[in-house]
Amino acid sequence: MGFWESTFVPAIMKGLKTTLKHVTDRKTVTQQYPEVKPDLPLHYRGVHRLNRDEKDRVKCVACMMCATACPANCISIEAQAAPPEWPDRDKFPKSFVLDELRCIYCGMCEEACPVDAIELTHIYDLTGETRESLMYDREKLLGVYDQTKDNPRDPVRTKRGILGPAAEFHSLPTLGPATVVPDSDRSAKNPTAGVIKSKQESHS
Amino acid sequence: MATVLVNGQEVEIGASERLNCIQAAAKVGVEIPAYCWHPELSVVASCRMCLVEVGDKKPDGTVAMQPKLVPGCQTPAKDGTVIISDSPKVKEARKATLEYLLLNHPLDCPTCDQAGECYLQDYSFNYGRGYSRLNEPKNIKPDKTNIGDQITLFTDRCIMCTRCVRFTREISGSAELQVVSRGSHEEIDIFPGFPVNNPLAGNVVDICPVGALCSKDFLYQQRVWWLKSASSVCPGCSTGCSITVDQNEERVYRLHPRPNEKAQGHFMCDAGRFGWKYTHSDQRLMSPETRTNGHVTPTDFDTVLNSVRAALIKAAQGGKGKIAAVLSPWMTVEEAYLLSSFLKGLSTDVTLAIGPVRIEGHDDQFPKDVKGHVVAPVKFTIRAEKCPNRAGVEAVLTHFAGDVMPFEELLRLASASQFKAVYLVGGDPEGWMTDIQAEAFSKVETVIVQDILPSPVLKHATHVLPSGTFVEREGVFVNHNGLAQLIHRSVRGPDGTRPDGRLLWDLAQRLGLIQTEALRREIAGAIPALAAIASPELKGQGVFLGEAVAAPV
Repeated sequence: MGFWESTFVPAIMKGLKTTLKHVTDRKTVTQQYPEVKPDLPLHYRGVHRLNRDEKDRVKCVACMMCATACPANCISIEAQAAPPEWPDRDKFPKSFVLDELRCIYCGMCEEACPVDAIELTHIYDLTGETRESLMYDREKLLGVYDQTKDNPRDPVRTKRGILGPAAEFHSLPTLGPATVVPDSDRSAKNPTAGVIKSKQESHS
Repeated sequence: MATVLVNGQEVEIGASERLNCIQAAAKVGVEIPAYCWHPELSVVASCRMCLVEVGDKKPDGTVAMQPKLVPGCQTPAKDGTVIISDSPKVKEARKATLEYLLLNHPLDCPTCDQAGECYLQDYSFNYGRGYSRLNEPKNIKPDKTNIGDQITLFTDRCIMCTRCVRFTREISGSAELQVVSRGSHEEIDIFPGFPVNNPLAGNVVDICPVGALCSKDFLYQQRVWWLKSASSVCPGCSTGCSITVDQNEERVYRLHPRPNEKAQGHFMCDAGRFGWKYTHSDQRLMSPETRTNGHVTPTDFDTVLNSVRAALIKAAQGGKGKIAAVLSPWMTVEEAYLLSSFLKGLSTDVTLAIGPVRIEGHDDQFPKDVKGHVVAPVKFTIRAEKCPNRAGVEAVLTHFAGDVMPFEELLRLASASQFKAVYLVGGDPEGWMTDIQAEAFSKVETVIVQDILPSPVLKHATHVLPSGTFVEREGVFVNHNGLAQLIHRSVRGPDGTRPDGRLLWDLAQRLGLIQTEALRREIAGAIPALAAIASPELKGQGVFLGEAVAAPV
């Protein structure tokens, strides 16, 4: 360190320059919450909702994949056989209780759901006066759907059928193989979407 | 002695063993997948999943392979048989077979109850192709909920292995199920108006390798990967079927049979399978009570056990032969030993009797023909003696009292007001005492009742000790044949109840917590007839105690 630096004048000048820059800067970064609502990223994970299908029934088929995937163990479902007038499904949730206080909002339930019935919305300001009021049951979760379905931030992401593509061979093109197909296999010549060509072919 | 080559490994097969290729390969840990083959049923070789390469090793060392794949279940393994189950040809055949089996399968695994214990899932994962080349719509058939009171059929999931059809024809003999239509339209169905309601109907759910046949009782209750299992013994009758108890969060959801050649084979009856519901009954005795002149005072275990002990000691000091105990045939050997040795320690002149052994009708044997006559050979027996451990309790009583006093004899002595204190152990969920029988205890000063459900004798009880059902206890049951098997605790009982073993351990003021294994060593040392229950063999399929214990009723 030379004489000039040991006076600390350049360091002070540098610091004051930063201060002056902020003093003169007109751009605001403080968000005036709650008067102004924050602009959240599209992948924000807030309160859950249970989607309805096109007949306004709960879309959930009570497979309990979400309860299995949930790391916080906050979903409890009781299944019931579907009424005979619902020929397209075997069961539905008689009760679906999601403990919003226990939930860690990781989104695993959404990932696990084979019918895209449970989704996380943009609702972040969740409050309640009692613990019980934050145990969201089926009706409350369907209410969240009614409240958010028209919000462009919470699109109903897919409109898949009863059990996803695996169950819907009649309405979907042939599934591509999950593994690499040898050239000798008949399906390698099948011009369907998703067929993974074997390595030699893709390199050439 | 025959030598079979399985994928190059030599397997020795005993002279008396008659094995097929699947069983021979299983001896060296090679799994040959199969759907339709079941060790207890006849061979049809219809699923084609067990196709393997089979050949013969000639005496000169040359091997002649058969040109085509053959079903392993149908091919006997004899000396010199060569089985190849890992060649590319076999693997390709399995992929093709699975693709075929899955052609019309709806793949609704998320909502299927079998998911998690499904052979279609397991074999598709291990041997399958991983994708389907079917472009056409699937042939979806309607579900049949009317095929039985306890079972329901998801026709579209069925792979037509016909295990259930063969079960009803060969084991139960009732032959309700059949295959209707042919080809892609094949379906399992009943004859109109004759549902599958035989006493063994629940077994078709277990033997179904896929989720086609489901139990109405268990349907949609739980996902199977949540269930925690404990091996146990069905207490429904003296056959003592080896079972597995499946529970989650302290609630039993189902019982299913555990294959045990020594006990019952592969199956169990519906009465046992669905006969555990009293475990979660709200009628259960839920709190220890002390009753004086009809006035009920709820109390806690420490207090009530002290009062019980004081009352018994007082009765013992009041003269000879003033204490009696009724040991229920629903107790385990350990519990019977704890109670008998404790009472014998108080007074050498204790009257010990066995509780009522409920007999219902006659032994029910299967298979039966259409007229209800038993067809030899008998493959399954539901015994008339509806208690799990008469033989074991009798062995303990014989040791402590010399002979086994029947319940009626004790009732006679009790009504003659011979006793000051009587210790009654119940445990029979169907009720074990009538009002008239209970009156015999009205003159006894101290009546201690250890039971799970209310019974008429409660109105004469001085102390009530709520105990545990078979899923809440540890111990040994001895079946009709003298086979000792372990039961394991799978759930904690309701608050305010205690498993019998713990109750009696605390009553006898033994130190620490109950340890059934150490207790079994003690019993084996004390009672020669029960010496075998300390052997490590007990942990598997159980151990035979010999002629002395297996005396008939």
